[in-house]
Amino acid sequence: MAILVDEQTRVLVQGITGSEGSFHTRQSLEYGTNIVAGVTPGKGGQDLDGVPIFNTVESAVKETGANATVIYVPPRFAPDAVMEAADAGIKVIVCITEWIPVLDMVKVYAYVKSRRATLIGPNCPGVITPRAKCRMGVMPYRIHREGSIGIISRSGTLTYEAVGQLGSLGLGESTVIGIGGDPIIGSKFIDLMRLFRDDDQTEAVLLIGEIGGTAEEEAAAYIAEEKYPKPVIGFVAGLTAPPGRRMGHAGAIISGGQGGAKEKIAAMKAAGIFVVETPADIGETVQRALKARK
Amino acid sequence: MKLHEYQAKEIFRKWEIPTPEGAVAFSGIEAIQIAKKLNASRYVVKAQIHAGGRGKAGGVKLVDSPEEVKAAAEELIGKRLVTHQTGPEGKEVLKVLVEAASSIKQELYLGVLVDRNLNRPVIMASGEGGMEIEEVARKSPEKIFKEWVDPLVGFRSFQGMKLGFNLGFDAKLSRKLTAFLDKLVRLFEGVDASLCEINPLVLTEDGEFLALDAKLTLDDNGLARHPDLAELRDITEEDPLEVDASKHNLNYIKLDGNIGCMVNGAGLAMATMDMIKLSGAEPANFLDVGGGASAEMVENAFRILMSDPKVKAVLINIFGGILRCDTLATGVVEAAKKVQVDRPIIIRLEGTNVDEGRRILNESGLDFQVADGMKDASEKIVSIVQSFNQ
Repeated sequence: MAILVDEQTRVLVQGITGSEGSFHTRQSLEYGTNIVAGVTPGKGGQDLDGVPIFNTVESAVKETGANATVIYVPPRFAPDAVMEAADAGIKVIVCITEWIPVLDMVKVYAYVKSRRATLIGPNCPGVITPRAKCRMGVMPYRIHREGSIGIISRSGTLTYEAVGQLGSLGLGESTVIGIGGDPIIGSKFIDLMRLFRDDDQTEAVLLIGEIGGTAEEEAAAYIAEEKYPKPVIGFVAGLTAPPGRRMGHAGAIISGGQGGAKEKIAAMKAAGIFVVETPADIGETVQRALKARK
Repeated sequence: MKLHEYQAKEIFRKWEIPTPEGAVAFSGIEAIQIAKKLNASRYVVKAQIHAGGRGKAGGVKLVDSPEEVKAAAEELIGKRLVTHQTGPEGKEVLKVLVEAASSIKQELYLGVLVDRNLNRPVIMASGEGGMEIEEVARKSPEKIFKEWVDPLVGFRSFQGMKLGFNLGFDAKLSRKLTAFLDKLVRLFEGVDASLCEINPLVLTEDGEFLALDAKLTLDDNGLARHPDLAELRDITEEDPLEVDASKHNLNYIKLDGNIGCMVNGAGLAMATMDMIKLSGAEPANFLDVGGGASAEMVENAFRILMSDPKVKAVLINIFGGILRCDTLATGVVEAAKKVQVDRPIIIRLEGTNVDEGRRILNESGLDFQVADGMKDASEKIVSIVQSFNQ
């Protein structure tokens, strides 16, 4: 099955005429993604390589039946873009945009919840389901192959690294989700682990975490409490990160004695997660976890 | 972005939050002039650095006359202050805040920050003023009272009254605290703060709340809409290499190790640092050249890495997605023409246009080692570390 996006997904692109939006729309079309519409206010009636462009999300949904959206608009306009999509009834919203002010995200988060939509991101590489050739984001699609590993990650290129290692061992992915590197994000590890739990295609789940916040600890507690039925593999980046410094991602900061990598790794181990000891061993640890299950 | 106490207090005054009277001084002469103008019976002279724990480290002086203010200022300015947050090398004091001392009846703690679990701002208050809130949270969490600001309705009066009564105040003082909090939450949202701490908040002898200290950290993502606040950045508090890097939109943090690294993406950059450590060396820096780096950015990044004398070798680890390997290779080759490359370089390239990137490097005549994957990169670092030890 895969999660969030599959063969039924009809993709809308918000900000389709911008440089990132148009580049990645073309990449996704090349991959085989079913992109049905784009939105850029003021450019309604035009098209991008045959994809019709609308002025509003509402009209795009009405005309094309779009049921998921990926957002590439600048940080000033991104909060409204997310809310417009939720208001138009879209249930899967992927926001790639970096640099959205945190207090804007506080409002966006509350709004999206009130409309019962799922938000992925912001500040993320997006979502990809290889089997359905559905790419909503910026990841290099050539490295992905269809398979049974579900990935949830707070990082972009580190996810590509993990996917590359899986591929070299002949393993592929059900769905890969970059949840984003910001302090406030639409979906966390637990939200998506629930979906992977009920997904037939997914045999194991790989969590790629990093310093900052307590999402990894919460995921570990959830796995222990729920007696999670699938093997979970975990990696946490930032063992060598100094406290009090923002490590690239807005959310990657150890503050007030919280958010360190050691505590996260300890929580993962205590919950029975297969912990990846060095970033060179992500693929091998996943393979070991799969074997241990059989 | 961190602000100094004096900058935070200037912002407080704009938002009508009561603070002691005072101003910043860069010399003893300026300090005495400020003190004379304040015309108080007692004065406080406070070192202005981007670190907490100044009081215990001797960075705060209580004195009785303008002449003593001058002496205290002269003692502090130019001194390296070592607090538990500065590291052993300390931070040089370049300016002091001179204030009229306040009559204190009671000290409290007040903080506003973004709760990442509940996705909204939280107000924290405690009767344990002057103590570090992390310590209070560890020893007696029941003494911390919290109220969350609902994103849809904002801060409400009943929340301020609850906090006031929980802290043991009567209705009159609770109403005063509520008014204070209302302004503080408005400030927090108005300046796009990520942390605002008043420790201590004091209740004065005449029954008023006053922000005796002020710590304000702004959300870097919000600075684009506050150009006036962005100007408050104090680069004298930052490492010169970090300032240089930020001019070129590079995400660079200087560390103490001996292996420099250049990576695309923050997560992979942290993982690469961790791998260097696991290989028996120490990372010299964090450096994320970003997803859409140009050859020019890569060139600057390389120059900055090589200008750190502690760096004994450099690892370049790129998994090209948006950043293409040929762009990276061009940048490194250009940089190597201008910077003397006298230390080993390991390059690991993967992803978009990798063949073209490798070709550019091979034809450049540049002396480097190619690593095939993270594991190979790690082994090559191990052998470099061994060569140091021989």
